Amino acid sequence: MARAHRKPRLAVWKFASCDGCQLSLLDCEDELLAVAGAVEIAYFPEASRAMVRGPYDISLVEGSVTTPHDAERIQAIRRQSRHLVTIGACATAGGIQALRNFRDITEFVSVVYARPDYIETLATSTPIAHHVSVDFELRGCPISKAQLVEVLSAFIAGRKPVTPAHSVCIECKARGNVCVTVAHGTPCLGPVTHAGCGALCPSYHRGCYGCFGPMESPNTRSLSTRLAALGMTAGDIGRVYRTFNALADPFREESEAHDT
Amino acid sequence: MTILDTPPSPTPARLLDTNGVGRLLDALREGGYEVIGPTVRDRAIVYDTIGNVADLPAGWTDRQDAGQYRLERRDDHALFGYAVGPHSWKRYLQPPATTLWRARRTDDSFEVETVADEAPSRFAFVGVRACELHAMRIQDRVLDGDQEPDPVYHARRNDAFIVAVNCAQAGGTCFCVSMETGPGADGGFDICLTELVEPDRHVFVAVSGSVRGQEMLDVTEPATAGPDDVRKAEAVVERTAASMGRSLDTRGIHDLLLSNPEHPRWDDVAARCLTCANCTMVCPTCFCTSVDDLTDVSGQVAERVRRWDSCFTMEHSYLHGGSVRASARSRYRQWLTHKLATWLDQFGTSGCVGCGRCITWCPVGIDLTEEVRAIRDTQPTGTRSGGSDGRT
Ligand code: SF4
Ligand code: SF4
Ligand code: SF4
Repeated sequence: MARAHRKPRLAVWKFASCDGCQLSLLDCEDELLAVAGAVEIAYFPEASRAMVRGPYDISLVEGSVTTPHDAERIQAIRRQSRHLVTIGACATAGGIQALRNFRDITEFVSVVYARPDYIETLATSTPIAHHVSVDFELRGCPISKAQLVEVLSAFIAGRKPVTPAHSVCIECKARGNVCVTVAHGTPCLGPVTHAGCGALCPSYHRGCYGCFGPMESPNTRSLSTRLAALGMTAGDIGRVYRTFNALADPFREESEAHDT
Repeated sequence: MTILDTPPSPTPARLLDTNGVGRLLDALREGGYEVIGPTVRDRAIVYDTIGNVADLPAGWTDRQDAGQYRLERRDDHALFGYAVGPHSWKRYLQPPATTLWRARRTDDSFEVETVADEAPSRFAFVGVRACELHAMRIQDRVLDGDQEPDPVYHARRNDAFIVAVNCAQAGGTCFCVSMETGPGADGGFDICLTELVEPDRHVFVAVSGSVRGQEMLDVTEPATAGPDDVRKAEAVVERTAASMGRSLDTRGIHDLLLSNPEHPRWDDVAARCLTCANCTMVCPTCFCTSVDDLTDVSGQVAERVRRWDSCFTMEHSYLHGGSVRASARSRYRQWLTHKLATWLDQFGTSGCVGCGRCITWCPVGIDLTEEVRAIRDTQPTGTRSGGSDGRT
């Protein structure tokens, strides 16, 4: 069967973020050559100085919008991109920097920077989808390499990516882990968290930290009752929902319900 | 059930000591079996590949309650002194993920290859409990029936050698007596052991349930069990039956559940249920799977992968345009009514064997026996006692 004549053009964009998600693309050792063979890496400043002008077939967007300049830049990127895919918790839920949304940004700026007047920033950190339409959101802090390759493969083939939105518990059980909540009394966010990591933390006897954000039907209220029974204070419970995905509605609402 | 109800055993009961159990494990391995059995890992008794007797959980037990499991020391060296844990044999018979086939692009077409199952040629399962034997029979009906048997399940199940163990201790969430599935094994095994731990001796009363079981037992050079030993073995099972952690009144349960689709208890459980699917993952009879069609990044290879799914996921009931069971209420109700009611219509038995796993491993401790009790106790009079349809 004939394939497309021209390789799809890929661009990778950075907003407010730590670079971890886009670096997972470079981290795809085994798949990297295949990816490079399947797409034209047209714009990826972390990897190459060559910058091919748009439009692009697939834009991967990492990071959240925290400055007026970025709020404009994402509009330009959207206009140049056939498919816009956000990668990681910052781009899909505002990231850890969205903690500013719950506090007063001018106070932070005055405390942190020697010359606050040099800083031009927005009062909030917001997901890309608050600014432009997004074709697909890949979860995770950081994203999973395997899921990134799956999303690219799916977009290249024109099919739906397989990134199930059920709980981490399903991956945990498929892996044969012993549940840390039930058998060790360790608090775990797995039941309300979107799958994708392969239950990494429970596999090392740690509770899930919720890196992939809320699952498809999260019952955070019920889980919080259990977290409290396991000894967590209201303040602790508020904090566990307010980490990398603090702005995702179910986590935000549950954290606010525990504001002390 | 008692061990004397086992299918005609060609020879009388035999007696093994711990070394005899070791010889049995060796004989199975030498016979070409991959021996899977109980072992301690991550503070629980799980099923994994077993090398020798030292891998068995000697002197360990578990304390179980809704949403709670604790591994604890026993004051003896019993090898099988625990109830069922987080794993079930389903993980070997119907593995969590299986690649069904693969297709490769050719110049002008594509070629399909079947993917060989990577399972060892034959499993020997050691320490299988009565409820688990019933769970296998239930899965046999679903996955290995006359119509369209599942080849992966069939191959793994068909040759599996089963060493059953009668339960000497009921777990805190067990209710096999209610489901008439235990605690004594009533068939479906090659060898069945009952462990007797006494101050001055530690032995296993062994009966065979098949010719190959008898042959395997003979290799271990067992002694003959006396009538006293057989009586003691029966007493073990009776004692266990009298100490179930939970019970479920199954009288008329089919009609009870199906005539109460709007019972307020479904809202009550929905407020607690996390829709996390742990209950279905640990259930030894839940068999639902989903298939993913995947392509690689080069576009040269496509694969179909089957993986465990659950009626608690949205995708499970996804039809064009959305999920039919979007609410937690509808998903919990689907699970419970299928398990305890419509399973009877579909397969002729209950879908529950009373192993208690779904109760123990639910992170918020939802207990199906409690949910059924609540519905039974608070429904409009007239249907309360049930039992008229003769089904259990
Ligand atoms: S350890 Fe966490 S993710 Fe795993 S089953 Fe338990 S609650 Fe779910
Ligand atoms: S429904 Fe629960 S108690 Fe019944 S067989 Fe499944 S896991 Fe065991
Ligand atoms: S009943 Fe328990 S284990 Fe099952 S989906 Fe609900 S919360 Fe999870």
